[in-house]
Amino acid sequence: MQLPLVGVTVMLERNVLQVYPAAESVVGSLHMAHTEWRDAPELPDFSLLKRLARDQLIFLLEQLPGKKDLFIDADLMSPLDRIANVTILKQHEVDKLYKVELKPIVSSSDQLCFLIRPRIQTVKWISDLVNADKVAGRFRRYKIIFTPQKFYACETVLEEQGVYGDVTTDEWNFYILPLDDDILSLELPEFFRDNFLEGDQRWVTTAGSALHLLQSVYGSFSKVYGIGRCAKMVYESWRELMEEGEQRTRQPEFAKVFLVDRDVDFVTPLCSQVVYEGLVDDLFRIKCGSVEFGPDVTSSDKSIKVMLNSQDKVFSEIRNEHFSNVFGFLSQKAKNLQTAYDKRRGMDIQQMKAFVSDELKGLKQEHRLLSLHIGASESMMKKKTKQDFQELLKTEHSLLEGFEIRECITYIEEHINRQVSMIDSLRLLCLLSITENGLLSKDYRSLKAQYLQSYGIKHLLTFANLRQLGLLEEQQAGETLTVMESKVGKLVNDKTVGKLTDAFSSLAKKSNFRALSKRLALVPKSGEEYDLRVPRDMAYVFSGAYIPLSCKLIEQVLERDGWTGLEEVTRMLNGQEFAVTGGSSSSEARNKTDAQRIVLVMFLGGCTFSEISALRFLGKERGCRFIVVTTAITNSARLLEALLDNHA
Amino acid sequence: MAFVTANWNPLGDAFYRKIELYEMGWNLKDGLRDCLVAAAPYGGPIALLKAHNRRSPSARPQLEIFSSSGLPLASFPWKSGVVKQLGWTVSDDLLCVQEDGTVLVYDLLGGFKRHFSMGNEVSQSQVLETKIFHSPYGTGVAILTGALRFTLATNIDDIKLRRLPEVPDLQGAPSCWAVLTQDRQSKVLVANGSHLFVLDNTACTPVTPPGLSPQASSIVHMCVSFSYKYLALLTDSGLVWMGTSNLKFVLLLFSCRCRRPKSQQPSAVVMWDGLLLVVGECKETIQYHLDDDSILVPELDGVRIISGTHHELLQEVPGACEEIFKIASMAPGALLLEAHKEYEKESQKADEYLREIKEQSLLSEAVRQCVEAAGHEHEPETQKTLLRAASFGKCFLSNFPPEQFVSMCRDLRVLNAVRDYTVGIPLSLTQFKQMTIQVLIDRLVYRKLYPLAIEVCCYLKTPEYQGVSRVLKHWACYKVQQKEESDEVIAKAVSVKLADAAGISYSEIATKAYESGRTELAIKLLEFEPRSGEQVPLLLKMKKSPLALSKAIESGDTDLVYTVVMYLKNELNRGDFFMMLRNQPVALSLYKQFCKHQEQDTLKDLFNQDDDHEELGNFYVKASYKEQRLEARIAHLQSAVDEYYKAKKEFSAKTTEDEMRLLRFQRKLEEEKGEQLVGFSLHDTMTTLLSVGLHKHVEQLYKDFRVPDKRFWWLRLKALAEKEDWEELEKFSKSKKSPIGYLPFVEVCIKHHNKYEARKYVSKVTLEQKVKAHLAVGDVEGAAEAAIERRNESEIGTVLSRCAATTDHLLVERLNRAKATVAKK
Repeated sequence: MQLPLVGVTVMLERNVLQVYPAAESVVGSLHMAHTEWRDAPELPDFSLLKRLARDQLIFLLEQLPGKKDLFIDADLMSPLDRIANVTILKQHEVDKLYKVELKPIVSSSDQLCFLIRPRIQTVKWISDLVNADKVAGRFRRYKIIFTPQKFYACETVLEEQGVYGDVTTDEWNFYILPLDDDILSLELPEFFRDNFLEGDQRWVTTAGSALHLLQSVYGSFSKVYGIGRCAKMVYESWRELMEEGEQRTRQPEFAKVFLVDRDVDFVTPLCSQVVYEGLVDDLFRIKCGSVEFGPDVTSSDKSIKVMLNSQDKVFSEIRNEHFSNVFGFLSQKAKNLQTAYDKRRGMDIQQMKAFVSDELKGLKQEHRLLSLHIGASESMMKKKTKQDFQELLKTEHSLLEGFEIRECITYIEEHINRQVSMIDSLRLLCLLSITENGLLSKDYRSLKAQYLQSYGIKHLLTFANLRQLGLLEEQQAGETLTVMESKVGKLVNDKTVGKLTDAFSSLAKKSNFRALSKRLALVPKSGEEYDLRVPRDMAYVFSGAYIPLSCKLIEQVLERDGWTGLEEVTRMLNGQEFAVTGGSSSSEARNKTDAQRIVLVMFLGGCTFSEISALRFLGKERGCRFIVVTTAITNSARLLEALLDNHA
Repeated sequence: MAFVTANWNPLGDAFYRKIELYEMGWNLKDGLRDCLVAAAPYGGPIALLKAHNRRSPSARPQLEIFSSSGLPLASFPWKSGVVKQLGWTVSDDLLCVQEDGTVLVYDLLGGFKRHFSMGNEVSQSQVLETKIFHSPYGTGVAILTGALRFTLATNIDDIKLRRLPEVPDLQGAPSCWAVLTQDRQSKVLVANGSHLFVLDNTACTPVTPPGLSPQASSIVHMCVSFSYKYLALLTDSGLVWMGTSNLKFVLLLFSCRCRRPKSQQPSAVVMWDGLLLVVGECKETIQYHLDDDSILVPELDGVRIISGTHHELLQEVPGACEEIFKIASMAPGALLLEAHKEYEKESQKADEYLREIKEQSLLSEAVRQCVEAAGHEHEPETQKTLLRAASFGKCFLSNFPPEQFVSMCRDLRVLNAVRDYTVGIPLSLTQFKQMTIQVLIDRLVYRKLYPLAIEVCCYLKTPEYQGVSRVLKHWACYKVQQKEESDEVIAKAVSVKLADAAGISYSEIATKAYESGRTELAIKLLEFEPRSGEQVPLLLKMKKSPLALSKAIESGDTDLVYTVVMYLKNELNRGDFFMMLRNQPVALSLYKQFCKHQEQDTLKDLFNQDDDHEELGNFYVKASYKEQRLEARIAHLQSAVDEYYKAKKEFSAKTTEDEMRLLRFQRKLEEEKGEQLVGFSLHDTMTTLLSVGLHKHVEQLYKDFRVPDKRFWWLRLKALAEKEDWEELEKFSKSKKSPIGYLPFVEVCIKHHNKYEARKYVSKVTLEQKVKAHLAVGDVEGAAEAAIERRNESEIGTVLSRCAATTDHLLVERLNRAKATVAKK
């Protein structure tokens, strides 16, 4: 059972050592992959969304004529930069820019404009500012621009603080930021915590409006699938918007929409990422489509900010590759680049001139990017090929497979005791709980006690949160299925036992991961070598050990054109699935158009780069393309950090 | 047909005609004498108040409202104060301005709607004169008070009173005045004797109309045209001055394009000699004799003359009609009409006429003329004749666009329907185009002519949302006010009628029902509202808060839920409020979110009420972290412990107790040793203590907090390696059998680059970890030995991958051989 896993780890190490000989074949396969894309349908132009948002923002700024200081919520800075840079803001009489820090301000301007998310805290801060000015006898004009929408709660705060009449409020309906050709983000990381932990559904309408916006700009959809409570609510909210608005009969630009709740699949975001883009995110944290490489990567004393998207030719070729392939590819690329540079030798003046004007700039650019990515890969190698990481991966894979659980628990215990990493320990604990349908009482208590000893009692609250979400649970004594089954089995004859067990399992809110994994074949059969250079299924994003549940569901539903045949699966996922045929009924006729091969997948609560890579792979296999709409890009660290309770 | 021009009168180049619209259906004893009369423009209703000046309380005057054809719409005795003026708003509401400046608003069926005041100043000094005017901003009221000041409101739906500046040297009431709308501003034009002033917001400017000598006798009447473009003045010497209303141009010569005949306020003229004078170009005039007291109603394209018995329209003959019907006209339209006449008579002359038009290739022009003229004719017979002629002409044209003809037929059908005696809206085509179909439908709705309105909508194919649905909504709003029918019957009738109409807002209808005091009916109607979000505001208004809350939650719109929650918070007492939230988890969690930021104490109360001791415990733990002072912190934790015990969460309680102990311990040590410790986790505390060599205290913690051996060993190991105290480390390793094995010792030494020390522990490592240990210290051969001994294929593989092919080829061979044997087995 353990063999293929060791095989993977060995291969990782071997690739490190034998980078150069392997390079040739890796590049070959990459190029093959590249040509397949040509058959893929064209994606709609999402830059339109940016233009719309920019125009509206400018309009709103002009509503407050004259010079003004602009205060921006910290987490809106990067998205705003992608929509309207400082020059554009200055053109519309923004004098100074400040970050909202919830501290007293120093501004001499008579007009203050606040661009914020609708959060009670921030609004309260603004109210305090206004009141302070009043006390000081200072007259200013205040304007609050809420994005993407205002909430009644915020207005209530303004009212309660007695400043409702002093400020004007507006909405900037900036719902979607296109991060790349196929990634659209709502940039709402708090969606996850608010919706799934706090039970606050205020962002549901936002997600509905985002879909409505896409629909009104790019045309309607022929079919909508979804799973999860939130997905259902988002769809309802979207449907209401559709009914209110005018019906337009346009060529749909997307064939299908798939809505999925994050809590349908917690396993995938908890796993360590091993495709290049995911790894970069895990290690360096990609923020709003760009990453800051520190001195250890740039091999200078400066940090460099790099945009990571399909415009970066080097990156776009390696982003979806398993990490073990990347280094080989990069070194081959370096060689090619050298050859291109070497062309200079033996050129006459005329050729040289042409070379300098046509090619040199491109080569230089490529050179720069290449050296950055090589630097990043090296830095990853250093961190990830260490013994620790290998063992971490091994433990994760064992957990996914349900193999040698005792050893895993020992490993986790040691991990906690040694204070290796607060988040990683928590991640392993959650993974253990989900895959095992909760921890045995004895294990749960001892691990929790040890965790608290290592990281402090404040994590009592974290554990409460994790339990509420079903991420980390204690098996209730006598409630395990096997116990139930055996009890019932004595009373009833054998045939009905199966049915009864089903009934019980749907009653208890369990993750049922093991059963799901079996039914959907998420963990590939062991005993076979998995060649990561030529992936055969989506499992490659986790070194061939596990196919992301979320992506597998999407694949299955698209294949079956609905949920039929997946009844048992949806029951194990607590139901709430739906499939609706959209308004454009005439779409049957133009089944074969490009648009029919574009599928929009919306992750409510965030998605990981590994899932995006897996979907890109699936698209390549099926000759279609996926557009991912997500409330935010997430990974294990972000997911768990959102559940810590030390900030509130 | 020959009679078409019988009522035409030439005036300069143009012709004027007087058409009889209706014979009035009312039966007025004294005609219009002694009555206050107001007729709404665009063929609107007429209001009459008889004997309004009699102040005796016994004789209450009767207020009557008629349609343009004189059919009674409403009649009721006037019970309020003395009315100075009647007038109509743009939406067919009747305004009655009283002496004290109060304005009462009635709908056109006599239902009282509301009242408003024109301000204190007006009520004190009483109303002298008042004028009601229309502007792009709605209907306005201008008042001249007893103090000879003007007060003005431009829009009665959004009243902003403006007091205009004083007019100099005004001793008594001005001889006449009028309201102008110019440059997006309402101004008053006042004549005091021969002096003329314009009053706007800020100033009073004297003006002199060009061409009218200042010495001229005083101005007794003035009138502004419907579009505020032209102005007419009448002096007591009988001179009529006409010009643009900005007083810059004289139009003593009527240009023939100028459509509007001067409409003089008739009282003086008519009462003298029953004479109506149309003054036009070069002082030419037309005289009409009026047999009865009449009033004039200016319209966009003419003047309506209403007398006790008749209702007539006086207008300039529209161009197309003139071309066609003028005697001996050779215009293409006229010829086409003639051709068609001959064709009907089956005469070959038809062909001659047609040829004549075609030769000049003016046939399409002819058709166009006929269609246009049909629109301006009042008699259906004439319309038909003209349209037939047009249709006849069209036969000889290819590619003639049919839209004009078709839409004209449609419009005329609608116009004829509303001009009907029973409906009584005498609109001309020009007026109809100006007022738009939406407004016409509104007017029909105001008159409660729902079936006709729906017919019109269907006939003109108005989009359902603006057309049929809107009419049905109004119908339903009216229906719910019918007190004699039961709730069930009305609810059913409404739902049946409105069932398949798009875009109906049941909540609006329900609001109406509620306003007329039928709460139960309103609730019934709300059930039909598909968008639950729409139901909420009304439910709140009706104080049906539980229902409102559940509807809000149903709508899935959190903001709406929030609105309700906030409303309830202020409306209910705390206990009831909490109880209500308890049954609505969505609302509860939302409110908790709010409390988290705004009202921490409320949050505590909420948990308390629910007996949610665990959450309370968590709450206290959280609170403890916000405290700076240790005592407060411990107090909070103690509360948490109590709550956890109540919640039967022994584990959490114990842990919290441990934390309290740890905090006390840390503080004690901080005071004694001056090390920063408070707030550290147990692990961090121990690490810190080890690093400063307080081993005894570490031992104490180890015992007191039952720290697992493994953790303790890790701690010690790391601390010693950190200090590079290798001697002590070795002693430590020998003190007891290591619970974590000896591989960590090897790794720790390597981590601190001490291979020498690392080797010491390799031999102690268990068999399973030997290979790893050897590799860690870089002893490939040792690793190979161990791997071969263990006959473990994967381990052999690992070692192989670490061998350099060139230097260790002997070893590689050995390993490969071993691998082969293992594989065989």
